[in-house]
This record gives sequence, C-alpha cells and structure tokens, in this order.
Amino acid sequence: MTDQPLNAIERMATVKQERMNARLKQRYNRERRFKAYGIASISAGLAFLAVLLVTIFSAGIPAFQSTFIQLDVTYDPDALYIDDASDPEQLRFADFDNAVRQSLLARFPDVTGRNETRALMSLISTASGYTIRDRLTENPDLLGQSETLWLMADDDLDLVLNGTIDRTLPESERRVSDLELTWIDDWDASGELDRRFNTTFFTRGDSRDPETAGVWGAVVGSFYTLVVTLALSFPIGVAAAIYLEEFAPKNRLTEIIEVNINNLAAVPSIVFGLLGLAVFINFFGLPRSAPVVGGLVLTLMTLPTIIISARASIRAVPPSIRDAAMGLGASKMQVTLHHVLPLALPGMLTGTIIGMAQALGETAPLLMIGMVAFIVDIPQGFTDAATVLPVQVYIWSDSPERAFIAKTSAAIMVLLGFLALMNLLAVLLRRKFERRW
Amino acid sequence: MNKKMIGALAFAAAATSFATVSAEGRSQISIVGSSTVFPFASVVAERFGQTTSFPTPTIESTGSGGGLSLFCQGVGESTADITNASRRIKQSEIDLCASNGVDEIVEVLIGYDGIAIANSAEGAELELSKGQLFLALAETVPNPNGSGLVTNPYDSWSDIDSSLPNVAIRVFGPPPSSGTRDAFVELVMEEGCQEFDAISSLADSDEDKMEEVCATMREDGSFVEAGENDSLIVSRLENDPNALGIFGYSFLDQNSDKVQSVAVDGVQATFDTIADGSYKVSRPLFFYIKKAHIGVIPGIEEYVAEFTSRRAVSPNGYLIDRGLIPLSNAEYARMTGNVENLRHVSL
Repeated sequence: MTDQPLNAIERMATVKQERMNARLKQRYNRERRFKAYGIASISAGLAFLAVLLVTIFSAGIPAFQSTFIQLDVTYDPDALYIDDASDPEQLRFADFDNAVRQSLLARFPDVTGRNETRALMSLISTASGYTIRDRLTENPDLLGQSETLWLMADDDLDLVLNGTIDRTLPESERRVSDLELTWIDDWDASGELDRRFNTTFFTRGDSRDPETAGVWGAVVGSFYTLVVTLALSFPIGVAAAIYLEEFAPKNRLTEIIEVNINNLAAVPSIVFGLLGLAVFINFFGLPRSAPVVGGLVLTLMTLPTIIISARASIRAVPPSIRDAAMGLGASKMQVTLHHVLPLALPGMLTGTIIGMAQALGETAPLLMIGMVAFIVDIPQGFTDAATVLPVQVYIWSDSPERAFIAKTSAAIMVLLGFLALMNLLAVLLRRKFERRW
Repeated sequence: MNKKMIGALAFAAAATSFATVSAEGRSQISIVGSSTVFPFASVVAERFGQTTSFPTPTIESTGSGGGLSLFCQGVGESTADITNASRRIKQSEIDLCASNGVDEIVEVLIGYDGIAIANSAEGAELELSKGQLFLALAETVPNPNGSGLVTNPYDSWSDIDSSLPNVAIRVFGPPPSSGTRDAFVELVMEEGCQEFDAISSLADSDEDKMEEVCATMREDGSFVEAGENDSLIVSRLENDPNALGIFGYSFLDQNSDKVQSVAVDGVQATFDTIADGSYKVSRPLFFYIKKAHIGVIPGIEEYVAEFTSRRAVSPNGYLIDRGLIPLSNAEYARMTGNVENLRHVSL
C-alpha cells in the first residue's frame, strides 16, 4: 500500500526526467545546428573567395610572360633614311618600322605583296621600332652595321603560344591566319622565340598595345596619392579625435559634430569626388588628373574612418592611467601626449592603415577629378597627371584587345598584393605596440 | 620614437601643402570625350609621345556629351584642349561654348565606326531587317492584329516573323548615356519604325508622338542595358547563345572567334561593308580643338597633324588596324583643309 504513492512519485520523476532528456537533446541539437550554420556560412565565404582568387590568378598568370623574337636587324642608312645617327633631328624622322620590316622580310624571303608584309609586321610589337631607335641613339656607330636583337612580339603571338587563341578553330573564326601560324611555327621550331618574365609590365605606364602596357605608372600614381592622403588625414584625424575625446566640452555643438562625422563615414564616395571637382579644381584651380587633388579627395573620404577608430582607441585607454598621471601633477596636455596617445597609437595606426587600404581601392571619386584617364608617362611628382591601380584595372577591362583580359587580372593581383601588405603592416604594428591591461 | 613619428608626419603634411601651392603651368595636352574614340585617340597619343619631344597627352573617357560639357567650360589651363565625340557637336553645345568664351572650335572628322549587332558564334546565323529590330526592341509597336499602337507584345523572334527562330528576344545593349546607344536609336530604331504605316502616318498629325514611339526602347527585360563596358556584353553573349548584343565594331573584330555579326537588311558588319557604306549602321567620329589653346599648350598642332596624317587614318593607316573605318578621299581632303585653315565649326 505504502509503495503506491512512492511509485507514483517515481513514475512522475521518470516522466519528468525523460521530458528533460528530450528537451536537453533538443537543446544540444539546436546548438549543433547553430554551429553548423556558422561553419556553413564561413565555408561559403571561403568558397567564394577561393573561386575569386582562382579565376583572377588563372586569368592573370599569362600576363607575366611575354614573347621575344630573335631578328637580325640591319641599321641600313637607306632603309632608315639617316646619314648621321648622332643628329637627333634625323633620328626623329627616321623610319625605324622600315628597318624592322626589312629584317622580317630577310627572315622570310617568300613573303611578297603588301598584305602579306602587313600580316608579317603585325606579329611584332609596334614598340620594336622604338627599341631599334633607342639602340641607335645610344650607339650611333651601329649605323650601317647589323646585329642580332630580341624584339618583343605582338600580343596576338603571345595569345597563340599560351593557347588563348585556339588554333584548331577554322581560319575565319580566328584572329591569326593560317599563314601567320606557319611563320610562328617556323620561328618556334628554330628556337627564335623566347618566352621571358614580363619585366615591361612592372616598369612601364599604360599603353594601347597590351604587350607594352605596364602597371608602374599606376603604382607610382597610387603612391603619390596615398602619400598626400596619409600626410593630411592622419594628423588631422588624430588631432580631431584627441580634441573630441579629451578636451571638448560635452554640449549640443560637439554632439552635432559627432553625429556628422558618423554620417560622413557612410556618404557614397562619388560625392567627395563632386566636392573635389567643385572646390579643389574649379575654385582653387588645382590641375586636373593630379595626385594632389586625388589625395585631397581621398583625405575627405578616409577622415571619418580615421577619426572614429582613433576615438575608439583613445576611449579604450583605462581612466586609471589618466588619473594616475593627474595625481602626479601632470597637466592635461601632458597626460594626453605622454600617456594616452602612446597607448592609443596602435589602434589609431590600424584604423589609419585600413582607411588607406580603402583609399587605395577607390575609383569613383577619382572619376570626377580626371584621374580615370589614359596616361602613359610615369608621374614625376604630385602635380603630374596620374592614374591609380584600380582605375588601371577598370580601363584595361574595357579595352577590346583580348590580351588585356590577362592584364586586367594581373593588375588586380598587384592591387591585392599591396592591400595584403598594408593589412599585414597593420597587424605587425598592432602586435608591436599593443599593450594589455 | 612616437614623437619623432608624429613630427615626420607633420613635416610630410607641410611638404604636401607646399607642393600644392607650387602647381605650375600645364605642358601636357588634355583630351576628354567619347569612349568610342578613346581607343583610337590613345593610340595616336602614345605614338605622339614616343616620336616627339612633347609629353604624352592625357585622355579621359567621359562620353561624348560629358566631354563637350567639360570642353565648353571655358578657356584656360584647367580646361580641356581637345574633346572626342562619336556624334556631331550640337548647336546648343556651340552656344554653351561661346557663352563661356570658347568662340572658335575646329572640327575634325577622323573616320567612321560601325555598330555591330551580334550573337554568339555558337548561335544560329541571323538576318534581321531594321523593321524587325524595331519590332523586337521598341516600347510601343503597331498592333499586329488590327490598327493603332500597342505595348510591345513580342516575346520571341518567331512572333515577329515565322522564319526567325523560336527563341526569346534578349538583347544586351548600351545605356542611354552612351553615344553607341544614341547612334543605334538614330540609325536603326528611327529608320526601322518608318517601315510601318501606323507610325509613319503620324508624321503629319503628331510628330512628337512619332519621335517618342521611334526612340523609346522597351523596358520589360527583353532589352537589357548592359553598361558602358562592351567587353562585358561580349562575355555575356558567349554564355548565352540565344541572346544578341549591340556594341562597337572593334569589339566584333577583336572577338571574331566568340561572336558573329547579325546581318542587318542583308548586310553583315565587316570592314569592307562599313567602309563602302553598304552596312548602314555606322556613324562618324570627330574630335574638336579649342583654337584659343593652340600655341598656348605646346604640341596641339603636332598632335592634330599626327592624328590626321595619312599614316594614321588612310586605308592602310595604323588606326584602321584598330577598327576605324577610313574616310573617302574627298572627305579626307575636306577634313585636312579645315584643319589647315583652323576653320570654326558651322553646322
């Protein structure tokens, strides 16, 4: 009899226990699912990144190689129309393309007629005439003599060798004719073609010929632009942050300023470009397409980022440090400059470098101030016409020549390389200076 | 150490602002304008930089309209010297220029550019008339089962003409900001619409209505504005053998293994058909020189001489290799005459 209620209690307990176990199991399942979602989203992100990198790298690798053709060039005074190679005027009007043509015709004596000659000439880069000119300008004694030179091949020949142009297609659907292919094969068989690392890509400015186009002009332009941006935005941003955090009274005015800074960080960057056009170019009369204007515009764009991150890192310095310094009789300025600023600096630097990386990748504001332009000469200073890396990517991606597809990806690789370097620098600086409490 | 770093940065800031102040006179020619002329102008600019002692001109690709408005901002070093255009200057733009002190503008016609209508090389070979293109792409078309005008009812090409393939109409083309779009509307749509009595009869009664019907492209997804980037259109065609694309002839020429031309009124877009005028969808390319800058900015005359030289624009010239369609001999003579006398443009 007495067991009866006990049993009931026991039964109730087991039921409860079972229910609880079920709930517990549900909870664990829920946790597992939650983790799985997290892992899934991270792997999706990584997969997208992998696809992006694989596409860019596989498309860009061919751009790092260029083809050279071995040719016996004769500096024939009659073909060049030069009597005296030390006379710069004669050099200017000389026909160096003709010298290239003659040496190509000497290599393939069967070639006759205007169209075949043109087809043959189209296999060699238009820059080879300039190569010969530069050789002769440096060594005027070469006039009348011959030498063996490696001249750069046209981009179409490159595309045939790396398989971008499919030789199995019927001739009408191919950019390179059967005849041109036989010449290329003839060169290739006798070892007169050489594939080398493309140094031109890293030493020259833009060009309309893919084989002579390089990123160096854009790299230098980006450098000058970022120097201006850094030199202006870091001191201004840090000073503003220090004032707002340490000195400014908390009133309506500073609140409005704060709200405005936060809003500015979200303004589309093209707006800063319009502002730059109106203020720096039209009002102050600064030159168009110049890195100094680009730097000023990007300063406006990165300032909010820098101020916000600098303020956050100042706020992260424990008040006890300020109090201790105050207690030892330091003035407000001493406290800030000697104690707070050094401790906040790593965070400020990280914010600044991230702001700079943002500025490095920006094209929209530069469109308005004329930096989205075809610029061949390497800029020599802050006021020379220049373009920047992302703009170079954009311009090449819009060019009809097929070889520019590889150049575009290669330029993206260079840009990504610089971004990775800057982020690495941010990590290193933080490691070096960071202090924990 | 931190103090030093801050000092160095402050110094750099000061140095930059100094550099800002000492901005000197411009020695480079500044060129703006059409994205269609851009590939040709940049080839000339590069050669000009290589073969003369002048620095290479800078060229911005701003579109024809954008280029002319920059060009007409006034006279002085901060304004452009030359603007490229894939259409002729308008009277309103000449007036704008004049009101800003740009009184004398020299017009240079450099050649022609074909607008190709193409599909993937894997797709079927097509032949369309301008009227069929109009029916496929216009917002409003003549009612197929009656009279009057209706919103475009055609979903597939075979709805327009039973001899055309039974695939959905999908055409990638440039946005309204592009000169290619303006030219396509003018050369194909506005001519194609005249083939229909329901529209051409409007010419007498309601001309504004007719112009609107002829020039408005459909926006229900059959015509896709694919952006200014022509190579993007080519790669989209590659992935979609049933779609058509509208872009400059040079992109067709460079991608002949990926895309093929659609014959318009029986004529394929090839170099020869555009040059002899039998392919009708082609437009003139120009550039405009600010006369007041000649002699002020060094090298303008020499640049123009290079651009208009026979070795650049004659039928064997290096720009022709890039897809420019050359002028006839009479046009060439008239153009060089204009350049020599620096004649002010008159419409």
